[in-house]
Order: sequence, then C-alpha cells, then structure tokens
Amino acid sequence: MELLLVFLIGVLYAAGVYLILRRSMVKLLLGIMLFGNATNILIFLLGNIVKGKPPIIGADFKVFQDIYADPIPQALILTAIVISFGLTAFAIVLLKRVYALINSDDLDDLNTPEEEDI
Amino acid sequence: MLFTVLSGLITSGLLIPFGKFFKSRWSVLLACLPILLFVYYFSYIPDISLGKTFNQEINWIPSLGVNLSFRLDGLSLLFSLLITGIGSLIVIYASAYLKGHQFLDRFFAYLLLFMSAMLGLVLSNNIILLFIFWELTSISSFFLIGFNNQQKESRKSALTALTITGIGGYFLLIGLLLIVYITGTASIDALFAQASFIQQHAYYPYIVGFVCLGAFTKSAQFPFHFWLPGAMKAPTPVSAYLHSATMVKAGIFVLARFTPILGNTELWSYTLLIAGGVTMVYAAIHSLFRTDLKGVLAYSTIAALGMLTFLLGLGTREALTAALVFIVAHALYKAALFLITGIIDHETGTRDLTLLSGLRKVLLPVFIAGTLAALSSAGLPLSIGFIGKDLIYEATLHGPQQLALYLTIIAVFTNVILVTVGFYAGIKPFLGPLPEAFQKVHLPYRAMWVPPLLLGILAFILGIFPHLLGGSLIQASLQVMDISTAPVNLKIWHGFNTVLLLSIGTLALGTIIYLVQKPTANKLAFIEKFNNLSPKHIFERMGALLLRFSDFYTNKIHNGYLRSYMLKIIIFAEVLIGYELLNSGPISIDFDKLSPISFYEGFNVLILIAAVLFTVSTRSRLSAVVGTSVIGYAICLIFVFYSAPDLAMTQFTIDTLTVVLFVLVLFRLPPFLNFANKLDKIRDGFVAISFGVILSIVALKVLQEPFETQVSDFYGQYAYSLAKGKNVVNVILVDFRGFDTMFEIVVLSIAALGVYSLLKLRLKSSEKE
Amino acid sequence: MRSSILQTASQYLLPILLLFSVFLLLRGHYYPGGGFVGGLVASIAFVLHSFANGTENTLKIVRYKPLSLIPIGLLIASLSMFMPVLLGLPVMTGLWFEEPIPVIGMIGSALFFDLGVYLVVIGVVLTILFTISQNTH
Repeated sequence: MELLLVFLIGVLYAAGVYLILRRSMVKLLLGIMLFGNATNILIFLLGNIVKGKPPIIGADFKVFQDIYADPIPQALILTAIVISFGLTAFAIVLLKRVYALINSDDLDDLNTPEEEDI
Repeated sequence: MLFTVLSGLITSGLLIPFGKFFKSRWSVLLACLPILLFVYYFSYIPDISLGKTFNQEINWIPSLGVNLSFRLDGLSLLFSLLITGIGSLIVIYASAYLKGHQFLDRFFAYLLLFMSAMLGLVLSNNIILLFIFWELTSISSFFLIGFNNQQKESRKSALTALTITGIGGYFLLIGLLLIVYITGTASIDALFAQASFIQQHAYYPYIVGFVCLGAFTKSAQFPFHFWLPGAMKAPTPVSAYLHSATMVKAGIFVLARFTPILGNTELWSYTLLIAGGVTMVYAAIHSLFRTDLKGVLAYSTIAALGMLTFLLGLGTREALTAALVFIVAHALYKAALFLITGIIDHETGTRDLTLLSGLRKVLLPVFIAGTLAALSSAGLPLSIGFIGKDLIYEATLHGPQQLALYLTIIAVFTNVILVTVGFYAGIKPFLGPLPEAFQKVHLPYRAMWVPPLLLGILAFILGIFPHLLGGSLIQASLQVMDISTAPVNLKIWHGFNTVLLLSIGTLALGTIIYLVQKPTANKLAFIEKFNNLSPKHIFERMGALLLRFSDFYTNKIHNGYLRSYMLKIIIFAEVLIGYELLNSGPISIDFDKLSPISFYEGFNVLILIAAVLFTVSTRSRLSAVVGTSVIGYAICLIFVFYSAPDLAMTQFTIDTLTVVLFVLVLFRLPPFLNFANKLDKIRDGFVAISFGVILSIVALKVLQEPFETQVSDFYGQYAYSLAKGKNVVNVILVDFRGFDTMFEIVVLSIAALGVYSLLKLRLKSSEKE
Repeated sequence: MRSSILQTASQYLLPILLLFSVFLLLRGHYYPGGGFVGGLVASIAFVLHSFANGTENTLKIVRYKPLSLIPIGLLIASLSMFMPVLLGLPVMTGLWFEEPIPVIGMIGSALFFDLGVYLVVIGVVLTILFTISQNTH
C-alpha cells in the first residue's frame, strides 16, 4: 500500500504544479491546495504507517502496549490542514476582490508588462 | 583611545543641530578638536619611543570576536600624528577657504567624520574593526569628494571613487575574513605570533591577493589609480587632506600593518614591487604633461604612493625606514603644495599652469611656502625630502643582488620626474612676469597661507634635525614592522658615495627637465589619447556592459509573470533535487515490510486519481472545485485507513467548509478560458510530471530509511504521566507543542481579520459598478 | 436554496451538532477529537443553519458577532498558558484538578487551552463565511 501512496504523491504533486503554472487565478489556488495535500501525505509517509492502531493509549493503561501509528506527523498535518484553510479563505477573498476590480480571472491582467512574450 | 575616535564622531553629529553657530564666524574653533587630539598623541611620543605599546579593549560583539580594541604603537602613533596634525591645519585653512559657503557646517561634519574614521583605522587592534573604519573612510570621502554636489562631474567622480574603494573594501574584507577563518582570531596582537602559520597555510596566496587588492584600490595603485585624479573635483582642502596625507595612505598603512604578518615572502614582495613599480613609472610620466595644477599633484601623488608600495615590497630594513620617512616627507610637502594650489585657485580663479606666472609679486608668503615645499619634494639637502630620497636609494642599491640595478633605475627615474613636478607646482606659478589679469590679486586670509608655510618650515626643521623623527617615531614604527631593535640613525650627511651622487644627479636632471619641458595643452591632448586604453575606460565600459546585462536579465528572468517565476523555481528545484538523487545511489526497498493492498484501498486511490485528472482537465470552475473536494474526501479516507482518526475528522470538516467557501465566491464566475496554447501545455505538463516523479522518488527514499521512533516514543511514554492525556495527537497539540498551536490560532485569527477587512472595506467608486 | 425540509431539519440539527462538538472538545484528550475538530463541527452546524435559513437569521441566533469570539478564545488560551506563571511555574505547565468531575472528566489547563482553540476556530470560520455570504448577496 505504501507504494500506492508514493504513486499518489507523485500524481498529486504533478497535478498541483500543472495547475500552478496556469494563467487562471482559481486554478492557481486549486493547484496550491493539491500541492498542500500532496505534502500532507508525504509527511504522513514519514511516520510509521500502521492500520487500525491509532495513537491513543488504551483505557486501562498508562503507556502504549502495542505498536501504534506515529503521532508526530499526525499533529503536524492537523496543524497544516487548519492553517491551509485560513490561507485558502484569505486567497479566495483576495481573488474575489481582484475579480471585482479588473473583472478577470487572468493573472496576466494584473500587470501591464512591456513585452508580450514570457 | 576610544574617546579620541568618538570625540570626532560625536562632534560631527553635533554639527547637525548646532551647525549654524559654526557656519558663520566661529568655524575656526572647530580646529580645537584636532589640535587637542594632536597634543594628546604628541604626549605619547616619549613612551612610544621606548618601545611601549598601549592597548585598550572594550567588548562589543565578543561572540564574533569583534571588539572595540585599540592599539597604540609606533606605526599608529606616526599616522595618528599626521592625521590630527595635518587635520588641524586643514580645518583652519578650510574655515577661510570655504568662508560663507552655504553648507560649511556639513563640510566640517564630513571632515571630522573622516578624521575619526582614519584615526580608528590606524588605531584598530582588531582587523574587523579596522575594516569597519576603512569603509567609513570610503563613505565619508564620498561625501567630501562630491561636496560640490551641484556639479555633475563632481558627483560622478565621487561615485567612481566610492565604487573603486568600495570594491577594494569588499576584497579586503574577504582577505581579512580568511585570516580570521584560518587563525580563529581577529586581534592584530595575536596575529603577529601566527605569522609563520598563516604564511604556510594553503590560503596564504588568496589572503595576500585580497588584502593587496583592497590596499591597492585605496592607495590608487595601477590599474585602480584613475579615481584619484577624478577625486580632484573635491574642494582643495579635501584634496590636501584625503589625497595627500591620509586616506590614500590608508592602503599603505594596511600594507605596513600586515608586513609583519604577511610579509617577507616572495609572493608578497613581488606583488608589491611590481604594482608599486608600474604605478610610479606610469604616474610619473603622466604627471609631467598635466596643465592643471591639481592634476599634476594628483599624478605625482600616485607616483609617490607607488614608491611607497614599492619600498614596502622591497621589505628590507632600509626600505622600510625609507618608506616611513618618505610617508612623513611626502605628507608634509604634498599637503603644502595642495594648499598653495588652493590659494592660487582661490585668488586667481585658475589652476592652469600655462596661464599662471609671476605671482611672487602679489603672494610673497605663499611663494616662500611653495619654494620650501618644492625643494623638500626635490630633495634638496637639509630638507626631509633629501633624507627620504637618500634612504630610498640606499634601499634599492642594497636590494636583492640581481635586481638592485633595475630597482635603482626606476627609483631614480621616478624621483627625477617628481623633482620636476614639484617645481611645476611649487615654483613655476610664481616666477616670470606678472600678467595683467593677475595685477589685482591680493594675499588671502592668514588662516590660508600660514598652514602651508608651517608645513614647509617643518619639512626643513625635520631635515636639519632628522633625529627628532628617526630616534622616536621611525624607530618605534620599525619595531612594529621588523623584529630587530637596532637604533635608527637618520643622518644629513652620509659622506661621498654612490647614494649622494645619485641624489645630486636626480636633482640636476629634474631641474634640467623643468627648464626644458613646459607642459602645454597640446602635449596634454597627446597623452590623453593613451587614456582611451586606460583602465578607467575599460572600467567604464565594463559598467555599461553590466547595465546592459542587468537589463537583459531583468527582462528575461524578472518579467512580472507569476507562472514564469514558478516555472523557473520548479525547474531549479527539479535540477537540484534530481542531481542529489542521482548522487545518492540506488533505492532498495524491503517489500515484505510494506502493508498489503486491500480492495477498498485500491478503489479509493483509483477514485482519487480520477478526481485529480478530472480537476486538471475540466473546463468549468465549479466542477474543478468539486474535483478538489473529492480529492480531499479520498485523502480523508486514507487517514481513516491508517489510524489517524483526528486527521480524518479535521480533513473532512475542513474540506466541507472549503467547498462551501468556493461555492459562495465562485458560483457566479464564468467558465475557464483556454489561455495557453498547446506547446505551453505540453511544456508545463512535462515539468509537472517530472516534478511528480522526482517527489515520488523522494518518497521512496523516505520509505527506505528506517523509522526513527525516538521522539514518538518520548511522547507515547509521557503523554499520560506528564499531560494526563491518552490521545497523543491531541496531547502534542495542546500540551507538548502548545506554543505552536497558540501561534497557529493567532495566524488563523489574522486570516479572519484579513478577510473581514478586505470585504468590509468601502469599495471605491470605480469598483461599485 | 430555501427548502422547508432543510429548514426544519436544521432547526433540530443545530443543537445536536453543537452538543456533538462540545462532546468532541471535552473528550479530545482521551479519544479522537479536540478543539480544532470540535470548533469545525460547531461551525458546520451554524453554516448548515445559515444555508437553510439565511445568514441573517443565523446571526440572530448567535446574537454576538462571530468576530468577537476570536479575542475571547485567544484570551482563554493565553490565560491557560500563563496561569502557571502565577503559581511560579514555567509557562504552559499542565495544571490539573486532582479528582475527575462527573460527566466532564479531568479538568486542567490543557482543557481550557483547547476551549480557547475551539472558540477561535468557530470565530474564524464563521467570520470568514458569513462575511463572504453577506457580501455576495
């Protein structure tokens, strides 16, 4: 299953980068979100992947009795998910403002470059 | 010692609020400060002559080894006396020269700032501190050279000088940091003991190279000499101070300071000999054909600086003695000549040698001062210049066997021309008939003609009683640079020998050239042609090239398109990570350790990939958002499978809220437009897929590594006993790493406030439509 | 998107979901849950209600501006952080009552910290979403 996750990470990163390279602001934002998701899974993979053993100490014990999932990546990812919501919300409102201003979703309309090519 | 440096800095700062007072009548009072400092340092002469050194150290940045550490020994005392002594005369002179100038207060602020920086430079016992003061002299001299800032030429010269000395300072810093790096100390005292270690170190050639580059730029050695003639745009007192006695000698000082640390090797000697030799010959020839008095003096100064570098390169005891005496002699006569030039310029309004003549009839005391200075410069017996010249010849004659003859020849050549040039500047304007135009010229304030006269007389006093200088300062300075403590005997009379013959020959030849050769505009134009090949033009062309390159660079790389930036960043990251991956060897994964794939896990991944493809390819905004949310829910399932219930819940709720957010904002927007052409898409797709592949390989590498469980075990162990919690993830969040969570909610609050203020902002009238 | 079924359902769902969120908050230290998840579930409850009944009506129920929840939450979290300082202990030392309290369980500074997180999350999410939805209509 780990190999499947590795493959998944590649797919998510590729999709994220591809969307980031688009001209549309919405796609840029979606790309950043996919990028974040991919990174979350990569961090998740850093820990020990186990099934059905959440990092919760049993009711009658004071320490773990068994092998358990690594709590550190989980704590990191939890923070990352919540923060990314803040980021997305702010970015999306920014996007709305820009749209109200220039009536376009095109990033290139934000600047007035002198040369037309990239 | 610290207070002497600070007093100038503080006074300079005080001139900002209280400048008005000094601007009018009392500007000459400012001379009290350098005079007091001069007296203060003068009182050290007896102690220093006995070979004592005085140290003062105050902690500043001890962790970096940078401290306010000062050291007063023979060498620094010699320079301190020059700086404060000539500084006093310059302040007096300038108060008359620039009388009534609009920015007189500013001028004195710069001048005192510069003086303090110079004092700090020569007194530093810490090479980083030395560098700081070094840069301070560059900066303050920038303001002084560009003092007449309404003139374009003046601004340009100031900028050139700053660029050259700034680049030099940068090289010097590299050299100094290398020294600190290999020895672990920045203290000059400590470095003296490590001289042989440094010289045997593999970095030694680099250190010599960088330190010399720094010193050469500051001391106007070929090919960095061209900023000095340009810097003559400064008011004359500045030229006299900076460009004869002090700043240009800073490079010489650094070379002298580092002689006991870096010197006495072939590399050091040849570097200095060649640079100094080329400089002095080149500049001497140029000085002969100048028609502008200050130009003459500028080039002869460069020649003298070349001579000093040359002597330091020779490095024998005699050569070092000669260099020290010549520093004093040159400072005295060159400052005097500059001041005289200033008077002539001030009174007649021209500095053109072809026009000036007969001024002795109207400016008699100035004429006397000029003659004294010119004779000292020519090396007439009984002047300090004579002793200096004698010592130079003695040093070259006793130099290395196979080189002695050549060294002597170029020394004689340079000195002959310096004699001539000295006469041009000090005597020529005063001889001959007085033209009509100058009939009304009158003697300036006493404050202007007394300083050069004093300097001229001093040159002869020291010449007649050389022991005043030799027994005290020169000997003490030599002790710093050279280990032997044999007494120094400066004599007026050496008896009849080769040296005397050379001296007399030099004087005679110089006089003959003076009588035969007259600088004219034609000759100047002729020699100026050579300047097209000069370093100055090469430098300027390089500057222009640099500008064009940066234009090109800015337009290509920094073009204002976000995705173009992203593309470059991602490709760069790919190359970097890819290279590292290639170097890190093959991947071997133990497949037995991996968990098996169940049916619903595989199905979940399939859904996920389908959602990704859908999101990337769809034309509609809303369906792209739906695709992203499906991705989010699928990831949530992954968290469920792999024992992360907290993550699953959070991902689920956040994903829901994100969709709501998108829908609220986006449901009215039109579908995506197809902006990119096919080629762009293929390129981006290629970049994106390679990025995905590289990151997948990184993930494989991660799997290959054994899991490090130390930290996790710590949390597992203590979650209950310390934090009384059993959900370890939550315990980490609210207890062990509570600070992080605290800042996280602060960040969230800021995001919310940002959204709130962005939307509640009043729309401008243009946005309302 | 006014549907009477959703309207009716949300009337009952709101208190249930809020209760669930408090449940998640309180048990967070022992079982999956905690301030973040609890706060998010509570926000979803309000968002659902606002979808069914309009933002204005939801705001009437909340009575306070959601923005004001943010400073309150930050204050509670910081107080629980700095409370140990008053007792001469380092910042963020865990303080606990000796005996468990019925229904709620163990009470300690970590729970108050989580409560602060809970309130901030509700405040942030509702501020963002309600501001946007008010602005769009």
